[in-house]
Amino acid sequence: MKFVKNIAIALVALTGITGAASASAAGKHPETQKWAFEGPTGQYNQEALQRGWQVYKQVCSACHSLKYFHFRNLSDLGYENDMIKAFAKEYEVAGEPDEYGDDTVRAALPQDVFPAPYANENAARASFGGALPPDLSLIVKARHDGANYLYSLITGYSDAPADHEVTEGKFYNAYFKGGQISMVPPLSEGVLEYEDGTPATTEQMAKDVVQFLAYVSEPKLNERHHLGMKVVLFLLAMTIIFYLSMKKIWKPVKEGKNFYPDE
Amino acid sequence: MAEWEAVKPDNKALAWFEERLPVLGLVNNVMGSATPTPRNLNYWWNFGSIAGLMLVIQIISGVVLAMHYTPDTAVAFDSVERIVRDVNYGWLLRAMHANGASFFFIAVYIHILRGLYYGSYKAPREVVWMLGLVIFLMMMATAFMGYVLPWGQMSFWGATVITNLFSAIPVVGEDIVQLLWGGFSVDNPTLKRFFSLHYLLPFLITGVVLLHIWAKKVSDSGNPLGIDVKSGADQIPFHPYYTIKDAFGLGVFFTILAVFIFYMPDALGHPDNYIPANSLVTPDSIVPEWYFLPYYAILRSITFDIGIPGTDIVFIPAKLLGVIAMFASILLLFVLPWLDTSKVRSAKFRPTYRIFFWILVADMVLLTMVGGRKPEGIWPLLGLIGTGYYFMHFLVILPVLGFKEKTLPLPESIANPVLKAAK
Repeated sequence: MKFVKNIAIALVALTGITGAASASAAGKHPETQKWAFEGPTGQYNQEALQRGWQVYKQVCSACHSLKYFHFRNLSDLGYENDMIKAFAKEYEVAGEPDEYGDDTVRAALPQDVFPAPYANENAARASFGGALPPDLSLIVKARHDGANYLYSLITGYSDAPADHEVTEGKFYNAYFKGGQISMVPPLSEGVLEYEDGTPATTEQMAKDVVQFLAYVSEPKLNERHHLGMKVVLFLLAMTIIFYLSMKKIWKPVKEGKNFYPDE
Repeated sequence: MAEWEAVKPDNKALAWFEERLPVLGLVNNVMGSATPTPRNLNYWWNFGSIAGLMLVIQIISGVVLAMHYTPDTAVAFDSVERIVRDVNYGWLLRAMHANGASFFFIAVYIHILRGLYYGSYKAPREVVWMLGLVIFLMMMATAFMGYVLPWGQMSFWGATVITNLFSAIPVVGEDIVQLLWGGFSVDNPTLKRFFSLHYLLPFLITGVVLLHIWAKKVSDSGNPLGIDVKSGADQIPFHPYYTIKDAFGLGVFFTILAVFIFYMPDALGHPDNYIPANSLVTPDSIVPEWYFLPYYAILRSITFDIGIPGTDIVFIPAKLLGVIAMFASILLLFVLPWLDTSKVRSAKFRPTYRIFFWILVADMVLLTMVGGRKPEGIWPLLGLIGTGYYFMHFLVILPVLGFKEKTLPLPESIANPVLKAAK
């Protein structure tokens, strides 16, 4: 099995190289947290997702859109369909033009995207002093070590060191590239009360919202991990059977049997 | 070439068909029980069949993905997200296709290195080797264009950097670049033609793969000892011996691939490609996929012009020289059968070559690392040294080694040492 070991070593080296290659971005290295969805058996924690959704809805959604998140996706968080319908109804989205060709609005339906806080990029930049709050749908996958990075960023505001001058309207954050960020420190104790009674500390809210955003980035992770276990075990069993068959089939060859005339 | 053995099926209908088009005979004589094969092939010989199967997997997963993907800059990124989120098992298809590309390259790189180690490119197998290189080049083009399709930041900027290389070609360079782009920058026409070609090339690759296998059939498989088959005792039927050995190898390979697909589907990708393409924002550093890094390092390592020192006369500007070096690093391999002057095939009996082989592997690893770094500090110098050594290996060391090296005595036949090892 030396060959298997060789390949394993090569693969480890390879991921090491590519990992190191993409870790070159500036900014303080994120603090590593434990996440429920990590590891081969990791799954999203539904209560955390619901709390994280509450944080997004009440805090983040004031500035950040979530363009790949539909009301219907709330069923993944454990909400019933009629609840989702009723909840969607509270929002207004653009409808079909009416018979005179004028724009209309209608109540949102489960298949609609959760409405963005602003009409377009220019509107967003105009209200945020030129900065654009990025869409958060893929934010966890679009940053190196995304979940840890995001958690560190949200909880990582501090006073700037003496030698670091912070531009007017920006905030010092060691984890952000360049050290200063336009985002107002988003979470602080008392900004919301959790519906399930969990104490809403800054760390708790940050952890929950990061898990929620990880879910939005990678909604099929639970299914992926479930199926993966079955597939890998099946392939392992198949490989073992192939190996044993090979040993048995090759026995005569190893014993020196000849199959062709020795001319 | 081994004798062609006809197949006579018992089933009348099958026999009727076989008489008119001997497909069973074809399979039987290429990978069947009528295919005499050296009895001493080791596990490094598994990667040909693995690479072949990876091609099939890429085509099947790719064809299904293409049913849902939209090659238009306005919606390409969204359509990939839609596949992953809303198409049944779309997340699986996409992870298979993206990681499958990497694993296809892993298989092919091991296959090529096996060829280098055991001298598989030497007479009478030069054409097998060269067809393999054609496949490799077409794979690189296919993979490059495939990486552009999700239309993320790395897609866009990778495409911009690589297509711009062609502008270094004198006189016609700019025209070639405009032809590739279908305009004046990487844009919608570029994406559409890349999609079309990305779909086309794998089928052309399949054609060359068939030629590659045919040429292998004509010259027979090589083997780890690098000596010719001398008698029937040296050979065993391909089926069932190598079919089951290949099956075991495939099992191991696919288990590792499955671990990547299900547990780290993005480990071999770049986070920036989850940011939609934006022609106004250049990423921090533009890095190609890992399997292109050595060539990217060679390209970037050349930062000097060739001209008359002390004057302004430049014969070859640095950019063109870099492009030439990059393409030459692979095209060079086409003449490898004649650059390597040694009569002995296998590195097993070439103690000095064996050392240089591993130095070359280390050199490729070094170039891979250099390709992934920003060209700052020590890295450009290491890149230049690595590039220089790469060419020296093929252009100086190999030709000289063939004359100077004291090779070890070759065994009498394949059957002999194999039998000894068994007892």
